[in-house]
Amino acid sequence: MSEELGSTAQGSMTASVATRVLGVVAAAAAALMLVLGLVVSPADVVQGEAVRLLYVHVPAIWVAYGSFGLTSLASALLLWRGRRRSDGGRHYDRLAGAAAECGVVFTAITLVSGSLWGKITWGTYWQWDARLTTTVLLFITYVGYLALRNLPAEPTVRARRAAVMALVSFVNVPIVHFSVDWWRTLHQPASLRIGRRPEITGEMYWTLLYSTLAVSVVAAWLMIHRYRVIRLEELRDEAGLAVALEQRRGEVVG
Amino acid sequence: MIGFEGAVALMGRFPALAGVDLMVSAGERVLLQGPNGAGKTSLLRAVAGLLPVVAGTAEVLGQDLRADRRGVRRHIGMLGHDNHLYADLWVRDHMRFRAAAVGADAQEVARAMELVELPSRLWRVPTRRLSAGQRRRVALAALLVRRPRLWLLDEPHAGLDARGRDVLDNLLLEASSAGATVVFASHEVERAQAVADRVVDLGGGRVVGDRRVA
Amino acid sequence: MWRDALLVAGKDLRIELRARVTITQVAPLGVLILVVFAFAFNANAVLLAQGAAGLYWVAVMFGAVLIIQRAFDVEGDDGNQDALRLSGFQPGSIFLGKAMALAVQLLVLQTVLWVGLVVFFDVGVVDWPLLGCAGLAGTSTIAVCGTLYGALAAGVSVRDTLLPLLLLPVLAPALLAGTRAFEAATGVTTDAGWNWTGLLFVMTAVYTVAGLAAFGPLVEDG
Repeated sequence: MSEELGSTAQGSMTASVATRVLGVVAAAAAALMLVLGLVVSPADVVQGEAVRLLYVHVPAIWVAYGSFGLTSLASALLLWRGRRRSDGGRHYDRLAGAAAECGVVFTAITLVSGSLWGKITWGTYWQWDARLTTTVLLFITYVGYLALRNLPAEPTVRARRAAVMALVSFVNVPIVHFSVDWWRTLHQPASLRIGRRPEITGEMYWTLLYSTLAVSVVAAWLMIHRYRVIRLEELRDEAGLAVALEQRRGEVVG
Repeated sequence: MIGFEGAVALMGRFPALAGVDLMVSAGERVLLQGPNGAGKTSLLRAVAGLLPVVAGTAEVLGQDLRADRRGVRRHIGMLGHDNHLYADLWVRDHMRFRAAAVGADAQEVARAMELVELPSRLWRVPTRRLSAGQRRRVALAALLVRRPRLWLLDEPHAGLDARGRDVLDNLLLEASSAGATVVFASHEVERAQAVADRVVDLGGGRVVGDRRVA
Repeated sequence: MWRDALLVAGKDLRIELRARVTITQVAPLGVLILVVFAFAFNANAVLLAQGAAGLYWVAVMFGAVLIIQRAFDVEGDDGNQDALRLSGFQPGSIFLGKAMALAVQLLVLQTVLWVGLVVFFDVGVVDWPLLGCAGLAGTSTIAVCGTLYGALAAGVSVRDTLLPLLLLPVLAPALLAGTRAFEAATGVTTDAGWNWTGLLFVMTAVYTVAGLAAFGPLVEDG
């Protein structure tokens, strides 16, 4: 506990040399992605220009899955190893929170871009197929998780409770996916299966792969900054602890 | 029985206990005194293993609370501000549930009801319809069936009438003479000091005074 | 562990016996939901017969949310959370006990709803074993999920809005499966009703394990 009190924040900004480099790389990668996606790669025979939306849509959901996976991993670590760490596991809690927020944002991007794509190609904003339905439930599940994280409660209580929910949600998602998939089979089968010939070929395939990389870099940059902001929020709360201890001890009636 | 050294306990960011040093042996009757917010309730909860101790040493009944808070609870009887009653249950339902949880039989339940002087006509009354004093007595009876080695009481006299208070005092004296340890917090200075054999003053989350009383 | 769980279940059911909230409030509400749906679908008998299975499970889920809120309300009053911690019960026993009590109350609710379905929507049964098994499987799934999430959301001021938000996405597959199974059992479709029932049993198993594991931290820290 005293270690936390002794450290100081790195100024009032969350940047560091590493993130500045990462940020530049992310910006450059995103710029290249725009060029590739909008200009260089061709329009699809069937889908037309709408295929360009997929360069955002598909990477976004992959990033979301990765983020939620990270949330679950961090939550598991919090519950199993948290007590043994000097910070009581708060590092894992911050990680889980930052990753979940990132995941929710990218799931929203997935839903919106997918919806627009659907309007252009299918003619409707929505279809009740397996993928879409599961994605919506995924989104709502983690919005609920964020709501639970924001409830006022003692920090350790809140962190552990959120961690429990994250792990249960991790179990829930495959169940939802499986059951909804059973129920519907309209959505395009996955266009990227590792080890099988991809259905989209040539420049589109490489653009898609590259976009996944670019979006991941951007997401990583966002997550690191979010993590640091959470850390700063906690430090601000803790700075009050030293003062509180002193005040408490001074309460003795003479 | 209780060995606390430099114990710190937090409620959120607030240090409810800011370094408590307290040693209590079996059979003692310890009164905790101090102004509101001094940490009396927090200390009782920490001893019961309900409030985690994050720094210092905290041992109760030979068990290290920082390693395992749950193990001691079987031997503790706690009476806090609340009575721990389910409003809709009859007194009978309640006592049977609490007794079954610790394996006490109907005889012990009857004995407990007698000791707290709860008339049998209240047996089938939902606890929400009892007076505050009667509810307190039910809570006390529920504590008695546990046969605890360590009694932790927070303002136990509150809500009891004069007769109820006498009953409680006698129970505390009997318990400690049977080898149990009693730690209680009370604002009722005279009555409490008559029951206690030691008074510990708390202030600002620490022990600031510790003396024997006759 | 099972002995303690039965004690806890008995306590919860006895509270319901004395207070009679599920019988007098939740069950009538369930029937009301069915009636209101008849208004919404303009009393179209064909539509209602086709939608009956789904409406049934929707009504069960909303009723379940209310029962769960009540089950954890009583644990929050009068410092009863502390009482549970001090009782010496293992958290797993508390979980199982509350889930069992919830399941019993859900069965009572469902019986009433079922009567409503038969009367209002003229539903007939072609496969009684499937109906029974699916009903039990669905009930147990809702019971364990509901107890787990009820504990997660317990004790917070916004609990009443948070619980449905957290619980219903989790129960969505159960709603799906239960509806499909009931549709098969009442002859609306010839779908693989037993497969869906199997899914419900799997969900029960998975969430029972999750609940047993999770209840330790939840009881202690809540």
